[in-house]
Amino acid sequence: MVDIKHIVEEKIQIIEVSGDVDASSSIHLDNAMSKAVEQKTNIIADLSGLSYISSAGLGVFMSYLQEMENNNQQLILCGLNEKVLEVFQILGLDQLLIIKDNKEEARLQLDATV
Amino acid sequence: MRISIILAIVCWLVLTYLDIFFLYKNPGNSQPPLLSRIFEALFFAFLYIYFRYAIVKAENFNFLDLLWRVFVTGLIATLVSLLITMSYKFFGNNTLLKSSLISNFFYHLNIGMVSTFLMSTFIIWKKLILYQKSKLLMQLWSLFEYSMIGALLFDLLGYQIPDPVAGAVYIFLLLQGLVLTFNLKWVAYLNFKQKWKSILFIFLVTVYWWHFLRLLMEYRNQPAIVDIFMTKVFIAAMASFILIYAIIAILVILFNLPTSSVFERKIKEAMDFQRLSQSIPAGQTEEQVYEILLDSSMSAVFADAAWIEIEAAAESKPITYYRNIEQAEVQEIKESVKNSTLKKILKTEFDQVSNPQKITASLKNSMYKTIMVFPVMVQNVQIGSLALLKEVNEGFNREMINIINTFVNQASISVENFRLINEALENERYKEELKIAKRVQKALLPENLNTEGIFELHAYSVAADEVGGDYYDILKINDEQYAFIIADVSGKGTSAAFHMSQMKGIFHSVARITTDPKEFLVHANNALSACLEKTSFITGSFFLIDSSTKTLRFSRAGHCPSLYYCSSEKESRYFQNKGLGLGIIRNISYSRYVQVNEINYSEGDIIILYTDGITEAVNANNDQFGYDRLKNSLDKRTDLPPEEIKQGIIDDLYQFTGLNNLNDDYTLVIIKF
Repeated sequence: MVDIKHIVEEKIQIIEVSGDVDASSSIHLDNAMSKAVEQKTNIIADLSGLSYISSAGLGVFMSYLQEMENNNQQLILCGLNEKVLEVFQILGLDQLLIIKDNKEEARLQLDATV
Repeated sequence: MRISIILAIVCWLVLTYLDIFFLYKNPGNSQPPLLSRIFEALFFAFLYIYFRYAIVKAENFNFLDLLWRVFVTGLIATLVSLLITMSYKFFGNNTLLKSSLISNFFYHLNIGMVSTFLMSTFIIWKKLILYQKSKLLMQLWSLFEYSMIGALLFDLLGYQIPDPVAGAVYIFLLLQGLVLTFNLKWVAYLNFKQKWKSILFIFLVTVYWWHFLRLLMEYRNQPAIVDIFMTKVFIAAMASFILIYAIIAILVILFNLPTSSVFERKIKEAMDFQRLSQSIPAGQTEEQVYEILLDSSMSAVFADAAWIEIEAAAESKPITYYRNIEQAEVQEIKESVKNSTLKKILKTEFDQVSNPQKITASLKNSMYKTIMVFPVMVQNVQIGSLALLKEVNEGFNREMINIINTFVNQASISVENFRLINEALENERYKEELKIAKRVQKALLPENLNTEGIFELHAYSVAADEVGGDYYDILKINDEQYAFIIADVSGKGTSAAFHMSQMKGIFHSVARITTDPKEFLVHANNALSACLEKTSFITGSFFLIDSSTKTLRFSRAGHCPSLYYCSSEKESRYFQNKGLGLGIIRNISYSRYVQVNEINYSEGDIIILYTDGITEAVNANNDQFGYDRLKNSLDKRTDLPPEEIKQGIIDDLYQFTGLNNLNDDYTLVIIKF
């Protein structure tokens, strides 16, 4: 099961994902990401509550990379636990995405780039 | 059966002979001997037995046939007796006929005829009375029959009716018969025409009866007759019983005549209902069910016109049937309906599960004055509507609504069953298709890998579903070089299986062009960029084994790090090289993320390749099997041949997960040099 919260702030959006993201629950993540990408503001994905992510879940993040680049949007992941981070690293997604320890760092990162 | 009729005839002959002989010996004495009375009783008994068997078993008769039999038997008996009377009158002057012996002979012939008539009628009355018998009725009837046998024996004593004892026995039998005569259940099952015929037949029976009575009365007046037949208790009781039953039957049928049309209607409704419920097993189509529903409903409520419209039929094209009405008129009526429930039903927008309260309405500006509308529901979803029209005001009553409701429900059940059966067949076919897919995919993964002593390879692969997205393969480039790949398509199931087969195509074509791991992955990424779904990617590791230089060159495309056991250092470790999954970046910049590694191998080295299904397999506590357990599992077995290493690791994995089902595809490949 997965629980996703989508918080829209003035300049950024925060997507809080908790629980497990597998092949079936990745649809919810995809819906949230799709909405967030439509807003065209920068996104912080807070994955601190995420305990497991399958390849299908990774596919969701990956599938919006091109679109966000076109929109000039930034996606910053934060709060990944060790195992989840490992999954991102093995796939090589850590080379494409900005990954921060927590939300505060993520915000700082976004402020710095603006 | 034949024997009994022969015996009956023999008894009759003996009886006749004895009586005439007796009369010849003692003219003037009208009391026949005991012996002849015994034969008379035997004659009755055998006749009874004969008709009992001659008249068909209760299951396969129809009432009219039975009555027809009575009629025919009576007719023959009457004709014979009339013939005797006629010839008697014709030769009236002949002295020979005046002889009491001859008149006695004809009298006996008449007795035979009357007895036959009475017996056969009695048996048929019995069948009619015992139609739909209860236990009590059976007991009453048996009692009556035993009493009749008793009467037959009583007659041997010679008492005849004016005698008070005989009178008492007669009245006792008559009372029993009276009780039984009120069993006329069969009358209800006759239709109008059959009832009239029955009345006619039964009336004729009474006519015969009257004719025989008169005939016997005449004989009674003749002084020279032996054996007064009709005053015997047995005969008198039986004849009275037959007459009473005939009269009561006629009356009951007459009173039932007006209600017979209702009964016929009910029977027809039941038949229609049965037809509806049987229409599916009979191999009929959904369309036929709707037609049967429409026609049976129309005839059940005497509708003047009707239509049925099914929007979502199985073949997903709408079905409409009209009866006595044009489509244009249907549109007009639909528009003129004011009632909201009816409107909803007609538009197939009715969504309530419970039955609507009001489904009839009166119409204006149409030749039809009343309309009744039913939703046709399948699995609580309305799929269409049935509308019935009448030219009179308030033409549908509560009972009609109920019967149509039952019809519609039955039709819905039939359609539902029909669809479920089809669905089940469809599912069965899909299963078969998946089995085929599974077989095909299995053939895509090499089982025996001939490497001519350079290394030994063993693989194990299981998909969570019928087919999966795991892939491994080996390709001999030349005598020294082998290309090896392991890959895992994101997601699982059928879509993953398709991409897996694409990967196989890419491996077999690109590896023949370039054996450089980096070039291979860049080419593969390019090829996959065009054909992978947006959210899909493939992780993989590509290895080039060169036995001439004993080197292993490899690149990792986002795949789980391979585990390598170095025999000289007696230590195993995971390769830590950079990489990126295929299809994640779908442009030329992908090459920036590929790294090529090269190591020298020596004999006894082991590479463990696997997919994330292995390391991410969880036990009941949701702990993952993980990299450490995999490494430990290998370290215990480094000296074993690869097949045993493979089996050992698989055993460890299953032991860890326990009964927890693996819900991902997983593949394990062991290469030992």
